[in-house]
Amino acid sequence: MSVHATKELQAYWKENLKIIIVHLAIWFFVSFFCGIMVVDQLDAYMIGGFPLGFWFANQGSMVIFVILIWTYVWMMNKLDIKYDVHEG
Amino acid sequence: MSILTWTWIITGLSFTLYIYIAYAARAKSTGDFYAAEQSVPAYMNGMATGADWMSAASFISMAGLISFMGRDGSFYLMGWTGGYVLLAMLFGPYLRKYGKFTIPQFMADRYYSQSIRLLSLLCAIFVSFTYVAGQMRGVGVVFSRFMGVSINMGVIIGMALVFFYATLGGMKGITYTQVAQYCVLIVAYMVPAIFISMNFTGNPIPQLGMGSTITASGAALLNDPGTQGKYMLDVLNGIQKDIGFGAYTNGARPRIDVWFITMSLMIGTAGLPHILIRFFTVPKMRDARSSAGYALICIAILYTTAPSIAVFARTNFVKSINNVKYVDAPSWFKNWEKTKLVAFKDKNGDGIMTIAKGKWDDPKSKNEVKIDQDIMVLANPEIAKLPNWVVGLVGAGGLAAALSTAAGLLLVISAAVSHDLMKGMLKPDMSEKEELVWARVGAGVAVCIAGLFGIYPPGFVAQVVAFAFGLAAASFFPCILMGIFNKKANKEGALAGMFVGIVFVAVYISYFKFINPAVNNKDGWWFGISPEGIGTVGAALNFATMWIVGKFTPEPPQEIQDLVGSLRYPGKLVAPPSGGH
Repeated sequence: MSVHATKELQAYWKENLKIIIVHLAIWFFVSFFCGIMVVDQLDAYMIGGFPLGFWFANQGSMVIFVILIWTYVWMMNKLDIKYDVHEG
Repeated sequence: MSILTWTWIITGLSFTLYIYIAYAARAKSTGDFYAAEQSVPAYMNGMATGADWMSAASFISMAGLISFMGRDGSFYLMGWTGGYVLLAMLFGPYLRKYGKFTIPQFMADRYYSQSIRLLSLLCAIFVSFTYVAGQMRGVGVVFSRFMGVSINMGVIIGMALVFFYATLGGMKGITYTQVAQYCVLIVAYMVPAIFISMNFTGNPIPQLGMGSTITASGAALLNDPGTQGKYMLDVLNGIQKDIGFGAYTNGARPRIDVWFITMSLMIGTAGLPHILIRFFTVPKMRDARSSAGYALICIAILYTTAPSIAVFARTNFVKSINNVKYVDAPSWFKNWEKTKLVAFKDKNGDGIMTIAKGKWDDPKSKNEVKIDQDIMVLANPEIAKLPNWVVGLVGAGGLAAALSTAAGLLLVISAAVSHDLMKGMLKPDMSEKEELVWARVGAGVAVCIAGLFGIYPPGFVAQVVAFAFGLAAASFFPCILMGIFNKKANKEGALAGMFVGIVFVAVYISYFKFINPAVNNKDGWWFGISPEGIGTVGAALNFATMWIVGKFTPEPPQEIQDLVGSLRYPGKLVAPPSGGH
C-alpha cells in the first residue's frame, strides 16, 4: 500500500463524488422524470410496440440502472489505479 | 409422469443440494457466521443478494399484481431495482471498508452511542420479522398448492430446512445455498416465460416479446385471427377497454403518489439490513461495487420478465375466459378452480363467464370471475401447454425464493441478538465461542418464531409490509448516508433524526391502516401521498432534523471524523503522513 498526501486523497474523493452525482442524475432522469413525471407526454412516441413512457417505466429504467452500476464500477476501478489506491 | 411426481422429484433434489452445501460450508468462527469470512467472490455475492432480495412475493405474486395495475405497477419494478444503484454508489463499498458484521454495530461505532445501537437493533429486528412472516407462509402455500400437503406441514418442513442451514452455516452456509437457490428460481421463472413469448410472438426474449406483434400461432391461442400482426400491447389495450377498464399502458394513480412510493421503495431497499450486510461478505471495496452490479443483473432478469408475463397472462386470461360458456372453459381453469385461485359465479344465470370491474362476489358488480393475482405465474406453464416437469420446476422455484429470503432475514435477527444485544451491550467480555453459541441460539429461536407467524399468520402482515420499507427508508437510509458522506454528522443529530423519522412514519401508517382506515384514500392522504410512499417524507424529515440538531450540538470527536475519512479510500491508510509524499 503506497503512502499518500492528504491532498491526493481529497482529490480522489472529489472525483468520486463527481462521478456519483452524474450517475445519480441519470438515475433520477430515467426513472422519476421519464418513467413518472413526463410519462404521458413520452407515450406519444413509440419504440416498436412500446409507448416510450411506458417502456421507461416498465423496462427501460431497469436496464439503464444495470448499465449505470457497471459504468460506475468501471470508472472507479480506473480511478483507484490513477490514485494508486487499488487493493491487491 | 404426473405433475405431482415431478414436483416432488425436483423439490427433493433441490433440498438435498441445499443441505449438502450447508454442511460443506458450516461456520467455524463468528467471522464465518456473520460475514462468510469476507471471502465470497463478487459474482456469487451478486447471485446470493438476488436470491436474498427476491421473495415469495416477487416470484409468485408480482407479475399478477402488475397485470391488474397496468402502468401503475411500475413503482414496484423501478422501486425494487433502483435501490441497487444507491447501494453500489452510496453504501456498499464504504460499509465493506468498515468491514464489521452488523448494521447496528456500524451505527454504534459511527455515532459513538449505545443508545443508537439499541434503536438500530430494534429497528432491524422489527423490519426483518415483518418480512419473514410472509416468507414462511409462502413456503407453506407453495407446498400446499403443488404437493398436496397442508400449509402447516409445509411451514414445518421449510422451518426444519432453514433451521438446519442457518444455525449450522450462518452467513457462509446461507450465502452458498442462496447461490444455488438463485439458479433454481431464475430457471423456474424464465423457462415458462420464454415459451409463452415464443408462442405468442415468436420472440424468445420475453422483454422484447411484449413489444412485438402477434404471430399466427399466437392469434390461434387467443382464438381471434384478427389479432394477428397487431402489437401485443395494442391488443391488450383494446381488450381492457372492451371489459370496461382503462388502457393497460396508462396509469390511474396520481403521479405524485407513484413518485413518492417509488422513492420510498428505492431508499427503503438501500436501508434494509439483510441486503446491506451482504456487502460485508466480499474481499474488497471494488468487489462490493461490482457485486451490486451482479446483484442487479440477477434481479433485473426476473424484474424485466415480470411485466412481460403480466401482459401475456392478462391478454390470454381475458381472451380465453371472458364471454366464454362455463362448460367450454379451458382445462387449466377447471384444474385451478380446486385451489380457489380462480372461481366463477353465474350471477345472471346465462352460463357465460363475464369479466368486468368490481369484485366477483359483490352482487352489485357485473364481474363473475375471481382471478387471484398468483394464478398468472402459477398457471402459466399449463396455459402455455408446457410439459409437466416445467410445472414441477415452478414449485421448486417458489420454494427457493421464499427460503432464501427467509434465511437472510433470520441471520439479521440472530446477529442483532448475539452480536449487538449480548456481546455489544449486555455481556461485552464473552468469548468468541460463547458468541457463536448465542448466534446459533438466536437463529434457532428466530426460525421458530417465524414458523409460528407462518402457521398463525397475523392478519396485519399485508398491512405492515409498508412499515418495513417506510421504516428502513426513514431510519437507516439517512443515518448511514450522512455517516459516510458528512464527517460532521454527530450523535445528537442522528438520534434525533432517527427518532423523528420512525415516529412520523409509524404514526402516519398506523393512522391510515389501523386507526382510521375509512379515510385511507387519495382524498384523505396528506398531499395525496399514500402510506406506502410516506417513507420518502420520513427520510426527508430525518435528514432535516439531523442537520438542524447537528448545527447546535458538538461536532463528533476527531477519531470518528478520521474513521469516516478512512471509509472513503481503499487500503489501510488512515492518517496522512507528515511531510507529504
